[in-house]
Amino acid sequence: MGRKLLLEHIDVPGIETFDVWRKHGGYLSVEKALKNMSPDDVVNEVKNSGLRGRGGAGFPTGMKWSFLAKPEGVPRYLLCNADESEPGTFKDRYLMEKLPHLLIEGMIVSSYALGANLSYIYIRGEYMWILEILEKAIAEAYAKGFLGKNILGSGFDLDLRVAPGGGAYICGEETALIESLEGKRGNPRMKPPFPAVKGLWGCPTVVNNVESLATVVPIINMGADEYVKIGTEKSAGTKLISACGNLVRPGVYEIEMGISVEEFIYGDEWCRGIANNKQIKALIPGGSSVPILPAHLITKLATGEDRLMSYESLSEGGFATGSMLGSGGFIVFDEDQSVVRNTWNFARFYAHESCGQCSPCREGTGWMQRVLHRIVNGQGNMRDIDLLADINKKIEGNTICPLGDAAAWPVAAAIRHFREEFEWYVNHPEEALKRNYGMLKNTPTTV
Amino acid sequence: MVKVTIDGIEIEVEEGTTILNAARMIGGNVVPPAMCYYSSLEGSGGNCRTCLVEIAEGSTRDPRPMPKLMVSCSTQVQDGMVVKNKTSQRVHENRGAVTEFLLINHPLDCPVCDQAGECHLQDLSFDHGGAGSRFEEEKRTFEPIDIGNKIKLHMNRCILCYRCVKVAEQLTEKRVHGVLHRGEHAEISTYIQKAVESDFSGNMIDVCPVGALTDRTFRFKSRVWFLKPMNATRECKKCPGHATVWMFGEEIYRVTGRKDAYGEIERLDGKTAWICDDCRFETKDPKQWNIEGPRKINRHSVISQNHYEIPNPLKTNVKKSLK
Ligand SMILES: Cc1cc2nc3c(=O)[nH]c(=O)nc-3n(C[C@H](O)[C@H](O)[C@H](O)COP(=O)(O)O)c2cc1C
Ligand code: SF4
Ligand code: FES
Repeated sequence: MGRKLLLEHIDVPGIETFDVWRKHGGYLSVEKALKNMSPDDVVNEVKNSGLRGRGGAGFPTGMKWSFLAKPEGVPRYLLCNADESEPGTFKDRYLMEKLPHLLIEGMIVSSYALGANLSYIYIRGEYMWILEILEKAIAEAYAKGFLGKNILGSGFDLDLRVAPGGGAYICGEETALIESLEGKRGNPRMKPPFPAVKGLWGCPTVVNNVESLATVVPIINMGADEYVKIGTEKSAGTKLISACGNLVRPGVYEIEMGISVEEFIYGDEWCRGIANNKQIKALIPGGSSVPILPAHLITKLATGEDRLMSYESLSEGGFATGSMLGSGGFIVFDEDQSVVRNTWNFARFYAHESCGQCSPCREGTGWMQRVLHRIVNGQGNMRDIDLLADINKKIEGNTICPLGDAAAWPVAAAIRHFREEFEWYVNHPEEALKRNYGMLKNTPTTV
Repeated sequence: MVKVTIDGIEIEVEEGTTILNAARMIGGNVVPPAMCYYSSLEGSGGNCRTCLVEIAEGSTRDPRPMPKLMVSCSTQVQDGMVVKNKTSQRVHENRGAVTEFLLINHPLDCPVCDQAGECHLQDLSFDHGGAGSRFEEEKRTFEPIDIGNKIKLHMNRCILCYRCVKVAEQLTEKRVHGVLHRGEHAEISTYIQKAVESDFSGNMIDVCPVGALTDRTFRFKSRVWFLKPMNATRECKKCPGHATVWMFGEEIYRVTGRKDAYGEIERLDGKTAWICDDCRFETKDPKQWNIEGPRKINRHSVISQNHYEIPNPLKTNVKKSLK
C-alpha cells in the first residue's frame, strides 16, 4: 500500500465530525504550531518541505508565503481556492466532502503562519452541499475553541468563512477569485501588483489550493525532514489524482509522487487498467489545460525511460514530448475514443469560460471552437488544421491571465500528436459522423 | 529619472512612466496603437493587447529579454530598458493577430457607421490588418439598443475596451454593472441605461474607439470628413465648456470634447476637460458658442488629410541615437 498522508482516515465512519477527527489525530498540527512554533517557523517548515502548489501551477508554497508583504497595520488574508472547475479535476471535492476538518485544520495553521486573522474558503457555486458540510465543521471548530478569539490560549485569533462562487471557471484564477470575493465581476487583474502585495481589498493576500493547505497538516505533524523523504527530490510528498475516462477503476487516489505512470494506470492498487480490454490511446495527465500525450509517450519518456507521476517526469521533454502534472486531473482515452471530438469539447469549454476581457482569448477561443465544431461535423477542410495551429499560437502568451494559454495548449498538443486523426475527419466526413466513439448506444454523434 | 530606448531612440523619463507614455513622449511611429488604455480613466488598459511590444533588454541591472510580449500601456519602464515596437517582427506578427481577432466578429459595416473616418479600428486595420479574412464562420451578433434617448449602442462593433465602463464608474454617480455575460458573449449593458441620467454620460461616446457608442443627435447626419471641426467654448455651470463643434456651413452638426493625437480628451488646467451632456446634446446653435477657429484635428487620415498639425501633449525633445 502506498503511503497516505491526507486520505489515511477517509473511510472511518463519522470522520467528518470533530470528535471522530480529533480521535484520529485531528488538530494536533494546530496545537503543535500554536504552542511550540512561531509563525516564521511554520513558514520555514513548509518551505523546507518542498511543497508545491496543488492547484495546477506547482509554484512552491513556502516561497509564495515568504513573498507576502507585511506592512504595519494592514490586515493580511489567506484565501483557499476551492473553485475546482477544471474538467477532469475532482480531488478537492472529495477531500472537502469527506474530510472537512483536514482543510480547516490546514487553514488554521497556514493563517497562523501568515498572520491572517480572517480567511476565506472560496468554493465553487455548484458545490453547495459541500458548503454546508464545511459550515457545519467550521461551527464545530468554533465551538471547540479552534476558531475564534485566542485559539488554544495562544493569543491568535482567526475567523474562517466560506464564500460560494457564482459558477465560473475563471473565478479559480487567483485574481479573478479576489475580484469575485469582493463582490465584483470575476475578471482577472493584471499582474503586477501580485496578490502577495495587493490582493483582497487591496491588502496582502495568499491564495492556495485546497489540497496545498490540507498538506500543511501532515508537514507540520511529521516535520519537513520526514516529509521530504516521501516522493521524489523535486516532487516531495503525496498527491491526489482524480482519474477518469475509460478505466476499470476510476476515482480519487492519493499517490506517492514518483510511482510510475504504468503502475498507476494498470496497478491493482490503483486504476487496474483500461476497461473492456481496450488499449490506451491517449492521456491528459493534469486536467484539461495540459497537453495530451499519445500512447507511446504515456508510460515511457521519449528517451525510453519510465515516465513517473511527478512534476518533473510528466513535463519531461517539454511540450514536444511531455505534458504537466497540473491539477492531477488524469483523463484516459481508449482506442475507440476520439481525440478530435474531445479537443472540440475542451475548446467549447474554454470559449464558454473566457471572461472576455482580452481580445486574443475572447475572440480566439470562440474561433477555435467554431472551426473544431465544423470539423467534427464533417464540414472541415485541410487548411482548418493549420489555421487552428496558428490561432492558438497567437493566443498563447498574449493574454492577461493563463486561461488563454490553457485554451491554446490542448488544441496545439492534439494537432501535434494526432494530426492524422484531424485529417481523417476532414477526409471521411460521413464516416466520422457515423462512428460511435465508444459512447453509450444511441448517443447522437452530431453535436 | 530613468533611461529607456524605444526603437533605437533613447529618452529619459520619470520613474513609474509606462512604456506607452515614454513612446508618446518621443512621438511619431514608435508609438504603439492603444485601443483600450485612456490616460484619464483610472485602471484602463490591458484588455485590447494592441499595444504589445517586445522587451529586448529588461533593464541595466537585469538585461535579460522578457520572454513574452508586454502590454506597453501597463508596463513601467526600467532604467536601461530596451524596447522594440516598429522594429520587432514579433510585435508586427502578434499585433496583426490581435487586429485579426478584433475583426473576426466585427460587422465591418463602416459604410453605414458614424464612426468611419475617426475610428481607431479602421486605423489599426489599415496599419496591421490583412487583405482578406480567414474567418469563415458565422459572426456573433447582438441587436443595437438605445441607451437613453441620446446614445446608441451597437454591440456588434464593440471591442470591449472597457473605457465606457470606466466612464460610468468614474464620471457618473452610481455604478451598477458594466459588462454582462462572458467570453465573446460579453456585452456592455443596462447600467449605462441608468448612468445616462447623469450629466456626463455622453463622454462614453467620446472615449469609444469604435462606432459602438454613437451620438443619436448626430446619427446619419453627415460623414465626419464633410464637417469642419472648430474649437469653441462657452460658459457652462456643469463643465468647462471646452469643446469642438463640428460644422457644416453655418450649422453645428455635433459637439464633442477636444481630442488629442491619441483620441483622448485634452486637459485644461491639469484636469480632463470632459464636457457635459447639455453642451454635447442640447447646444447646437452657433450663437451659444464662442467659436475660436479651426481645430487642428487628430491623426485620423480622412479628416485631417494632412492639412493640420497633430497636437501631441506629451511630445518632448529627445536626442536620437541610432542603436
Ligand atoms: C483559468 C484558471 C482557473 C483556475 N482554477 C483553479 C481552481 O479551480 N482551483 C485552484 O486551486 N487553482 C486554480 N487555478 C490556479 C490559481 O490561479 C492559483 O494558481 C492557485 O489557486 C494557487 O494555489 P496553489 O499554489 O496552492 O496551487 C486556476 C488558474 C487559472 C488561470
Ligand atoms: S485570458 Fe481570457 S479569461 Fe483571462 S483575462 Fe483574458 S479574456 Fe479573461
Ligand atoms: S492599450 Fe494596452 S492593452 Fe489595450
